Amino acid sequence: MDITSLTILELRQKLAAGALRPREIVDQLADRVTAVDSKLKAYLHLDLDKSRAEADAANITLPLGGIPIAVKDVINVKGAPCTCASKILQGYTAPYDATVIRKLREAGAVLFGRTNMDEFAMGSSTENSSWGVTRNPWDLDRIPGGSSGGSAAAVAGHEAFAALGTDTGGSIRQPAALCSCVGLKPTYGRVSRYGLVAFASSLDQIGVFTKTVEEAALLLEIIAGYDPLDNTSIDRPVPKYTAALGRGVRGLRLGVPKEYFVDGMDPEVEKAIRTAIDEYKKQGAEIVEISLPHTQYAVAVYYIIATAECSANLARFDGVRYGKRAQNPKDILDMYGRTRAEGFGAEVKRRIILGTYVLSSGYYDAYYNRAQKVRQLIGEDFRLAFEKCDALLTPTSPTPAFKIGERTADPLQMYLADIFTIAVNLAGICGVSIPCGFTSNKLPIGLQIIGPKWGEETMLRVAHAFEQATPWHKEKPPL
Amino acid sequence: MPDTSSDRIDVTYVADLARLRLSPEETAVFQKQLGDVLGYVDQLAQVDVSHVSLLGDADLKNRLRADEVRPSLPVAEALANAPRQDNNLFVVPKIID
Repeated sequence: MDITSLTILELRQKLAAGALRPREIVDQLADRVTAVDSKLKAYLHLDLDKSRAEADAANITLPLGGIPIAVKDVINVKGAPCTCASKILQGYTAPYDATVIRKLREAGAVLFGRTNMDEFAMGSSTENSSWGVTRNPWDLDRIPGGSSGGSAAAVAGHEAFAALGTDTGGSIRQPAALCSCVGLKPTYGRVSRYGLVAFASSLDQIGVFTKTVEEAALLLEIIAGYDPLDNTSIDRPVPKYTAALGRGVRGLRLGVPKEYFVDGMDPEVEKAIRTAIDEYKKQGAEIVEISLPHTQYAVAVYYIIATAECSANLARFDGVRYGKRAQNPKDILDMYGRTRAEGFGAEVKRRIILGTYVLSSGYYDAYYNRAQKVRQLIGEDFRLAFEKCDALLTPTSPTPAFKIGERTADPLQMYLADIFTIAVNLAGICGVSIPCGFTSNKLPIGLQIIGPKWGEETMLRVAHAFEQATPWHKEKPPL
Repeated sequence: MPDTSSDRIDVTYVADLARLRLSPEETAVFQKQLGDVLGYVDQLAQVDVSHVSLLGDADLKNRLRADEVRPSLPVAEALANAPRQDNNLFVVPKIID
């Protein structure tokens, strides 16, 4: 029996019935990795002995007892590498568990593998990894999206049941859309970031990749909550997200922002989203056309704020305390300059320079302060929209997966891949991407459902209603 | 027309501020690419922000914790990833002659 196509909930049933042991789950997953990962390259590191030992010790009565979870290589797992797909962290071994890892362990999960990503989560294609490109399971010549491309490809390619990712401007939702799986970015502050290597601290949020909405709800229940070790996490009760599902959408008001249907959008993507909106109408939701007038400024705001924050956060990589150090430095400045030159890839350098520039004397007001103010207006757009509706429906990405190499020479084109996901991070609200169809040449299309702050229950309920009525999440890539 | 000229940003100067050494080739490529990006972000100048406060209404409140000694990373583990260490300290090139 091939169990790699099963959901976490199906695995739990089999475990509870004694039809399966945790060790067999890890073994079958390892076989699947052997069979497909030479093509996908979703994983950077596996420690199968450790995963097997964790499986043997697993308590299957716990909510995730014996269930393997893959982790993006940007979250610290004690004793494992955490390179952020960067040469500057080659050889680094995490000295502690991130809070999300502690919570997964307490829920009985087995940690399985470190997934590939754009270096320090900067990118939309996973092409910025220092360790090679991850490929899209639906077309190996195409990118899986990014920055959590390894997590998305692993789940979509059935070499992970679920994976953790991080989303700073779309890095969970966009690859989930391009690979055909569920990708959830929670409200800012919902999940502790302690132990996550910081990229842009006012935007970063940890979230999950799964095959189905119910699994995403289950995982969020486990990883969410206040953490004294992360003062940006918010002390609010964690609802039972799985209990919010199955109630349908009748009576809900779903907003369709007109600014999310733009020129240059792929016509097949637009058609799939319009069809999804019709499905909701059929199910009894009220569709409300709304406007988010500052949408067009989101990418510009993001590339000022995210780069400014990254230039500060990545200052810690200086060759002193961890990671790589340049050989035979003449003096300390030579050591810093060459360590960072040798350790960082091109996109990271570009963003550090841009971020340093927008924060530098004489430019701070014109760029950084102005961007912060426009960010307030983007948040206000959403606040007003959510007075008129319960959740928003939009495309996740304006195009399906593009070809490897197609956008690497033009950073601005790459940045525009996140045009529909970035505003959600700027506003600190939540979003989820779910499969909603395929193009004529069988490339996945994702529907984004956006909820207000702390609106995960309604958002997941809306996502679940569509999933239950459509076949898209059941399709398996031809690997 | 947005000003996308490549002399908008002095990449060599900014890279020095960021303690990042660049090759001449990298400098030239970044000069052009970042000029394009800055041209793109110029559109923010169109937005009227005269009535907007800088901070807005953050959910975050100052949270103070008790000043208590708690377990933390042992020194040996904190130093385990250091490129060079000696006598419980990180070792770096000499800073003052």
